[in-house]
Amino acid sequence: MASHEAHIREPLIIGKKDYHQVTEDITYPIAGKANKYWWMAFTVSFITMCWGVGCLAYTVGTGIGVWGSNKTVGWAWDITNFVWWIGIGHAGTLISAVLLLFRQKWRMSINRSAEAMTIFAVICAALFPVFHMGRVWLAYWVLPLPNQFGSLWVNFNSPLLWDVFAISTYFTVSLVFWYLGLVPDFATVRDKFARMGKPLQQKVYNILSFGWSGNARAWHRFEELSLVLAGLSTPLVLSVHTIVSMDFATSVIPGWHTTIFPPYFVAGAIFSGFAMVLTLMLIARKTLNLEDYITVNHVESMNKIIILTGSIVGVAYLTELFISWYSGVEYEQYAFLNRASGPYWWAYWSMMTCNVITPQLFWIKKVRRSFVATFIISIFVNIGMWFERFVIIVTSLHRDYLPSSWVMFHPTFVDIGIFVGTLGIFFTLFLLFCRTFPVIAMAELKSILKSSGDKYKK
Amino acid sequence: MTKVKKYWKGIEELENTPEFRKSAENEFPEQTNVEFLGNDALADSSTNRRDFLKFLGFGVTAATIAACETPVNKAIPYLNKPEEITPGIANWYASTFADGNDYASILVKTREGRPIKIEGNKLSPVTKGAVNARINSSVLSLYDSTRLKNPLAKKAAATWSEVDKDIKSQLEAIAAKGGKIRILSNSIISPTTKKAIADFTAKYPGTEQVTYDAVSYSGILKANQANFGSAIIPDYHFENAEVTVSFGADFLVNWLASVEYAGQYGQTRNPKNGKMSRHFQFETTLSVTGSNADVRVAIKPSEQGLAVLALYNIIAKAKGAATYDAGIADEYKDKLQTAAAELLAAKGSLVICGSNDTNVQVVVNAINELLGNYGNTIDTATPVYLKQGDDAKVAALVAEMASGSVDAVILYGVNPAYTYGEKFVSALEKVKLKISFADREDETASLVDYVCPDNHYLESWNDANPKKGQYSLGQPTISPLFSTRQAQESLLVWAGIETSYHDYLKANWQTTTGASWEVSLHDGFYSVPVAQVAAEPVKPAAVAATKETPAAPATDISSAAAAVRKGVTAGATELQVYIKTGLGDGSQANNPWLQELPDPISKVTWDNYVTMSPKQMAELNLSRLERGDDNADVVEVTVNGVSIKAPAFPQPGQKYGTVGLALGYGRTAAGKTADGIGANAYQFVSVVDGNATYTAYDVTVKGTGEKYQIAATQTHHTLMGREAIVKETTFSEYLKDPKSGNPQLKLQTTNHGKQPVKDINLWRDHDLETGHLWGLSIDLNSCIGCGACVTSCTSENNVAVVGKDEVRRSREMHWLRIDRYYSSDMNQEVADAEGLNAIDKFTEMEAASENPSVLFQPLMCQHCNHAPCETVCPVAATTHSLEGLNMMAYNRCIGTRYCANNCPYKVRRFNWFKYSDNEQFDFNMNDDLGKMVLNPDVVVRSRGVMEKCSLCVQQIQAGKLTAKKEGRKVKDGDIQTACATACPTHAIVFGDLSDVTSEVRKLSKDDRSYNLLEEVGTQPNVYYQTKVRNVKESA
Repeated sequence: MASHEAHIREPLIIGKKDYHQVTEDITYPIAGKANKYWWMAFTVSFITMCWGVGCLAYTVGTGIGVWGSNKTVGWAWDITNFVWWIGIGHAGTLISAVLLLFRQKWRMSINRSAEAMTIFAVICAALFPVFHMGRVWLAYWVLPLPNQFGSLWVNFNSPLLWDVFAISTYFTVSLVFWYLGLVPDFATVRDKFARMGKPLQQKVYNILSFGWSGNARAWHRFEELSLVLAGLSTPLVLSVHTIVSMDFATSVIPGWHTTIFPPYFVAGAIFSGFAMVLTLMLIARKTLNLEDYITVNHVESMNKIIILTGSIVGVAYLTELFISWYSGVEYEQYAFLNRASGPYWWAYWSMMTCNVITPQLFWIKKVRRSFVATFIISIFVNIGMWFERFVIIVTSLHRDYLPSSWVMFHPTFVDIGIFVGTLGIFFTLFLLFCRTFPVIAMAELKSILKSSGDKYKK
Repeated sequence: MTKVKKYWKGIEELENTPEFRKSAENEFPEQTNVEFLGNDALADSSTNRRDFLKFLGFGVTAATIAACETPVNKAIPYLNKPEEITPGIANWYASTFADGNDYASILVKTREGRPIKIEGNKLSPVTKGAVNARINSSVLSLYDSTRLKNPLAKKAAATWSEVDKDIKSQLEAIAAKGGKIRILSNSIISPTTKKAIADFTAKYPGTEQVTYDAVSYSGILKANQANFGSAIIPDYHFENAEVTVSFGADFLVNWLASVEYAGQYGQTRNPKNGKMSRHFQFETTLSVTGSNADVRVAIKPSEQGLAVLALYNIIAKAKGAATYDAGIADEYKDKLQTAAAELLAAKGSLVICGSNDTNVQVVVNAINELLGNYGNTIDTATPVYLKQGDDAKVAALVAEMASGSVDAVILYGVNPAYTYGEKFVSALEKVKLKISFADREDETASLVDYVCPDNHYLESWNDANPKKGQYSLGQPTISPLFSTRQAQESLLVWAGIETSYHDYLKANWQTTTGASWEVSLHDGFYSVPVAQVAAEPVKPAAVAATKETPAAPATDISSAAAAVRKGVTAGATELQVYIKTGLGDGSQANNPWLQELPDPISKVTWDNYVTMSPKQMAELNLSRLERGDDNADVVEVTVNGVSIKAPAFPQPGQKYGTVGLALGYGRTAAGKTADGIGANAYQFVSVVDGNATYTAYDVTVKGTGEKYQIAATQTHHTLMGREAIVKETTFSEYLKDPKSGNPQLKLQTTNHGKQPVKDINLWRDHDLETGHLWGLSIDLNSCIGCGACVTSCTSENNVAVVGKDEVRRSREMHWLRIDRYYSSDMNQEVADAEGLNAIDKFTEMEAASENPSVLFQPLMCQHCNHAPCETVCPVAATTHSLEGLNMMAYNRCIGTRYCANNCPYKVRRFNWFKYSDNEQFDFNMNDDLGKMVLNPDVVVRSRGVMEKCSLCVQQIQAGKLTAKKEGRKVKDGDIQTACATACPTHAIVFGDLSDVTSEVRKLSKDDRSYNLLEEVGTQPNVYYQTKVRNVKESA
């Protein structure tokens, strides 16, 4: 079945697995009991999530004034976090859809958790545009619903409205795509529970798998639908962050009003998404004993994408600087000078260091094949990409056209609390996912097992 | 034969049964059998389960439905509608503001019997419609919940009859034994009040009135006494001065009749007339007036008298008069020489000085005399009565009180425990009967026996005589909110006069002016025709000696000159106590509008602070608040053993080696808004040679290591080389080319050839030709930065006060702000010459010059025709009107703040919190009394919505409606925005840009006119006019 791979190619998973072993390995965290590390991680994440939810409730109850934003800097951590999370949410779709279309088989070990991460990241991201509203209880007004308010209608000129469509579409398609992939695996889990003699779990997973029978017709439709959804998702990878970037690009604020933003944001999103996938996968492969499935080759492949997208981002940074100088517009010129040398220089240089310099270390083969180095650099990229959004949003706003309005922004504990809280939400969901869903796409993975050849003969 | 039709009322009648016939005969039909509640049978009836459930269901449902109802705030209609009140229609009353500092003839706007706004009375020949921030904010002081609600006797609430009985008996006892009664008041310009005091004195001989001005001008009074034989303040005519030289007199916003002077000054500053006055300012702390000067020289307080003398010498030399050794430092000689030369060359000129030193003022008089300014720019025949205080007499009174020989003291309009200090407090203890007319239990009123709270001026009848021949009337616009009584009425009651003060005033008005009461009441003022001025019936006491135009001052000023020299022992660090535009002398300190009004110069709210030159701060290692830092170092300032702690604030233009501290802060018993804010600078006011002096020469300043966060609305002070934001030119350049300083933007190359930026559009254009197109024109040259428009806007548009903490977080809500920029020593030419890179250039640009030139730019919503805010709102809450307005639908706003981010002018304000009915924002919108000031035409915005300047759309609508009702077109000038009405220099003009005859249209086509940030393509409907400075190569 999978004998199309040449012998000289490195196997994508190691440890001489057979089908049964794969099932056992992947369903182990679901069928077994959680270890104490899981419980510790879960407790911390859950408490953090509760804290974040508390901060959100405080914000809704008291007013956006509990944040540090002000008359000049109307958006700060809220939209920074939004764009950051949305960016992180990009890797999943890219891995599952684009790499599927490109027939990159190595993606199979990581796509499931990457997609889960996408879903959770988009949930975290969506919180911000909703809760940054002064009157969140009227958030539904951004939907083009027929209403009794007279002729009131949404403003289709507004990029924020485009966001509503972009994010909701992206979330829906990602969720469906993810769930579709899960269907055969749920069936496997169901069967596992059947073997273990646990009827309740068996029933639950049976429902989750829509009574998957595994017959040829089902498989055929599964494959076809995967392909169709991959085709649908692929433009979304580009569109979502393109539209998010238009929140800024269509404005008149120096540092925002930039035509380079769409490709630059998409590259940055993939960059940050891959970094987050790496961070999570490197933890998961250790804690969930998936060393055989997520190998150094996977890490290396992803690191190559990180070099590519990181370099695109670096070129974009330099292009921005060049264009601002070349434009001859004093406001543009100052906006970028201010980023590099103004009061928020440290944010700019953190961004530059983390996003442009550190990923370049992956040119060294030893580094990109090192788990420890990858883990550290992935953390750097995560931090760097947060700062990128902070730099774009806060340093552009805090000193725009009229110097009389120039101010500083200082975050409050609520700003920090909500951000940390979304990390809590993300990890809580991810940890629950690890314990209840197959973290690796078993069915797909089994298709690339080497099962013939001399080595595999028993 | 036809059958006769038979008509019947019912089957019974048709059938005609015996029962029917019987009942038809009965006159009163039998009662229907109704089961009444009193029926005994009812008690026997039983409710079965089904009925019970029905009742239960009905009861619960009814109760629930009733509970669902929103609470109804009942608007009770008038049973008998007062003739003059129509709900929804504002009534305007002419009245007078006079609080011992400022005077203005005003119009009070009332709605449903509540005064809600104050504007200037344009008919008044004195103030000509001008007001300042303190005057138009005074309406809020009316609704101050700290005001006393009844008289106090020995700190306990009492009734008026009790208080009157006690006071009268005690006063009579004092009068009987020939004891001393003293009335300590601020400058009273009301002839009728003076008459009431005279009547009081007649009843209680031994009464004497002493005038005490916390901000004193006794130096001028005494100098004129010496020179003219009468202690007067002359009427200054800045409009006739081609050259004005001011030594520390902040005459545009604080000094004497500044409300009047600002307008006069404005007249001389319009370059269109082909001439522009020259203005020299020699001062210590950068003032509003100094920042408008063409030539500003920073001097130490100790050098002020010497500079005046030096100027005298130069002029005297030219005129052949005697000169005296001045010993002025060389650094000022050039500037003094220039000033003198221009003074001598000018047809009309004026030299004034803010010093309260008699000798210095004598020298100033001599200068004006040499220049021939008397009779030209200085009118001694029309004395100004605004300030009558004699500091020596006050000091004598305090000594008298301390000796225990004063039996009773009545305090009226003064707060000496705060302004005069400990000396007065200990002297007051010795007085047996202490009465105060204070409206609250302030620092002094809390020490007295009886507080007989005076009405707010908007609840009072009053008259005023600001200068000779000019009278104005004050009328109540609301009945007293509390059980308070006009001070004059109290005096009359104690004097045993039964007449109400209204009748008393009316009678006296007729005797004083001879004018018709009704006409005067309608107009708010009466001017004695010039011919009759000499034959005025009653002259206020202070100027009773003024018989005719005083003679020229004595030319021999040798003793004065000697005293000026002698008085100077320059210190290493000197102190200048100054007045801030917001709080003035501090009497209205509990007014949150004034506390939140940014100082025109420092842009700091809610505090006073020690102003220091940045150079000196660097030497003392104090934070210069650079790069948006707002954590100031607290310093301790000590003068003669008295010290205060206040944050040090870097003030460009402050003379090196001096510090400044503003009066009006450090209140301890003014109310919740003012108490504990800032430091009391009155502690540093001392009496020298019989005059209060607002300077100190031996000052120590040292850091305390403490930090304090300044609440400023502007933390960046220079233009960063962005000259296109505030365009300026010089007068000589302007004469050559009126377009100078206002270069047109370069044409942009497009696929349709070269086009002006304005025409390059992504959006479809609005129809700007049909109908109205409302717009503003703001003359940056006329704007003096005073801030009257800011408080006027606050008052008109219910702008929330957010408090010190929120201003620190840069969240003030002002719809209209005045940006203030300092010049910097760094610019592109300097950078090129020094070979600086861009980073260094911009970093140095952030620092202001040591003695910067200053620019003011009022900024409100620019009402862009292509508004960046409109396109980004996801719910279309902000849209464009057909009349060029950028509108906000608060109800539709969901608060994404995208519009504020995308506004290049940053004029949008977000409701971060609920600012009304919120304990966290305990200002006027948190109590029912304070809310009475709200304009019912403007909604109070809720939490989470964006707001901004609406160009007073409620006024526009009202104006259009009036025109419509009268069947005519809207005339230019019919509709005015709050900012335009408040501007004392007529810098802000509102009107219809599509009306070819309108003033604003003409101004928008002027050579000096430009749109702010035109290149962004926003197409604003607000136009600015280039600032023109009358600077010359030499100075």
